[in-house]
Amino acid sequence: MNKKTFAAFVGPSVFMMFIFIALPLVSVFFESFKITQPIVEQQEVETCTPGFIGQTCVTEVKTVPVLDENGKTVTQTEWVGLQSYRNVLQLDKVGDAISSGNWGDILQIDFWKALRFTLMFTLLTLPLVLVVGLSLALAVNNAVRAVRGPVIFISLLPFIITPVIGSLAIYWLFVGDGILTSLLERWTQTNISMFAQAWTIELLMYFFRVWNNAPFAFVIFYAGLQTVNMDTLESAVIDGASRWERLRHVIIPHLMPLIIFISIIHLMDVYRVFEEIVGFRSQAHVISLQWLTYDFLVPDDAGNRAISRASASAMLTMIGIVILLIWPLRRTWLDHKGGAH
Amino acid sequence: MSTPKALQQSTGLKLASNGFLVLWCLVAAFPIFWITVMSFKSPRDAFADSPWAVLVGPVTRAQGNGLSIIDIIVGLVVLFFALRWAFTRLPKMVVQYSPPGLIVLGWLVGAAVYALAFILVFFVALPLVLGPINSILGPLGEPVLGLTTQHYEAVWGENEFYRNFLNSMLVTAGVVTISLTVGTLAGYGLARSGSDLAFWLLILALIFRALPHSVLVAGYLPWFINSAEILRPIFGELSPTLYGQPWAVIAVLVSINQPFTIWMLRSFFQNIPSELDEAARVDGCSHFQAFRRVIMPVMWPGVITTGLFSFLLGYNDFLVTSLLLDAQNQTMVPAIAGYFNRETTTTDQVEAVAAAVSITAPLFLLVMVFQRQIVSGLTAGAVKG
Repeated sequence: MNKKTFAAFVGPSVFMMFIFIALPLVSVFFESFKITQPIVEQQEVETCTPGFIGQTCVTEVKTVPVLDENGKTVTQTEWVGLQSYRNVLQLDKVGDAISSGNWGDILQIDFWKALRFTLMFTLLTLPLVLVVGLSLALAVNNAVRAVRGPVIFISLLPFIITPVIGSLAIYWLFVGDGILTSLLERWTQTNISMFAQAWTIELLMYFFRVWNNAPFAFVIFYAGLQTVNMDTLESAVIDGASRWERLRHVIIPHLMPLIIFISIIHLMDVYRVFEEIVGFRSQAHVISLQWLTYDFLVPDDAGNRAISRASASAMLTMIGIVILLIWPLRRTWLDHKGGAH
Repeated sequence: MSTPKALQQSTGLKLASNGFLVLWCLVAAFPIFWITVMSFKSPRDAFADSPWAVLVGPVTRAQGNGLSIIDIIVGLVVLFFALRWAFTRLPKMVVQYSPPGLIVLGWLVGAAVYALAFILVFFVALPLVLGPINSILGPLGEPVLGLTTQHYEAVWGENEFYRNFLNSMLVTAGVVTISLTVGTLAGYGLARSGSDLAFWLLILALIFRALPHSVLVAGYLPWFINSAEILRPIFGELSPTLYGQPWAVIAVLVSINQPFTIWMLRSFFQNIPSELDEAARVDGCSHFQAFRRVIMPVMWPGVITTGLFSFLLGYNDFLVTSLLLDAQNQTMVPAIAGYFNRETTTTDQVEAVAAAVSITAPLFLLVMVFQRQIVSGLTAGAVKG
């Protein structure tokens, strides 16, 4: 295929990705160094309230936005350098926390709170999803042929359900005196409210993520198990390998490429953890990096969106995922080079 | 294939593994099953703290909404025949009536018509017939199981959820058609070109795939809100404000979906032997003719699978649609968030549950019809590496 035909085939797709992915990234990069604010001016305003004898008039200086002839606020954009990053990172508070020795105070700042949760969540759900997925695949592989189809059908449900709806479904089971909360209460004889403190919410979020993502790992592992070399397995049996040893030395090495594949996809998907926070309404206790940007972008009560702070936090989020993916991508690159020569 | 004797398992292991499967199936299906049950009960039953009360619904029953034994028996019989019909006659009818080559479309129409007929028979015709019968039968006709569809009526009728449904359908249909059109071309090009450029494009797409969507939306928002002023020098007075436009959201979702689409379609096209189009090329076809006449007839399994995943992306999206669309043309998933703000009474909460179940129902149908394609799609990218 020559260059021209290749360009014709790939062109539309590359064009769309350029317009709607590459350009927005450049825009975010520049926006994060700028700040757009309404121009305000100081005005003396006299307000009078009717009193008993005469009017009581108060003159005060107010800050009001300047309006243009259409009645819209006039805004000005200026370059502020790293100011937005400073607003998001709040390094001075971090410095205070470190110098005073109260390390926990760092986690009171939104960004660091979100970073802590996002990273911990991404890295801790990974082994959970892999283990649950692999055990499911092994169990289904052992099961009678007739039940495999229905089990796969049921397993796919948590995977394809809208994440917001899935987290809401779990929320409704536990909210207030939902049936599972009251079951736990009867069991432990204590009063439990699952959505009042951070750690119980986080626990439910881990549960939700494994519920939601394990089917994906399961289906892939299950397909991988069908291609395990039976001869190798049988010779392992003849050599006296126990079931565990066969799993450890034959099956897992065979599945290794799949484990790496699932891990990369998992890192990408869980790093953007967001829907749980909407579904569980946990913003007061637990937030993630993607939710932080979302929150800046949602108009506040006055209808203003904090675009520059959102851009700064978006840039920081992006740097995070790039760092997380450097190692797997380097590996793909080395594989490609190895394959080419 | 019989299992070799040495690989046979002890009873204990079999029990443990099957027990684990049963437990998983319960955990996987329970939340979805439970919200479906909740959505049919009156608020006090739905949020009752004993599971039995939620299942049986004494308060709902006391309000006169419920099913009698006759209702349950007739309902189960109708359900049985409806399901049997769906698995025996429906596929035949779809094959018979859909135009050749458009079997997918036939299935979509068939499934939609079937769902509509099912709802009509079950929720309109049956109650009409069974109402008089129940009143004649006396004790047998007394309701024993509380059940009410009032929340669905409120959600779809008063709250005009069908508007959100139509918006969702518009957005997802747009996303699926455009991403498949653009994606198949690119996927084919990438699969047949072994150049370094193709490799780098794929790696770049992988990086784009990793970007959290909020990063991109932060890039769109300032431009979309002010687009009328920015585009004025080019388009004059006709320049649109992109914010709140469904087609702008479609373009955004298609682009966000492109990296995934081209990776997946590329792996499908790699499975089609390249001798096929080379033969066509030898016979004097250009690349595009070879694509149209030789590849297009055999690419449908891969395209359907990729289309399913594009559908899921468009349908399930919350972040992009909630930030880029305004209240007038909101899709279903962000519209549910609107219930949070009003969720003051328990009735509102159960209505939110009913809306959530309404959103899930099409996905349930989708897995039923396309289970095989979804599984093959999940494994296609992975097993081939």
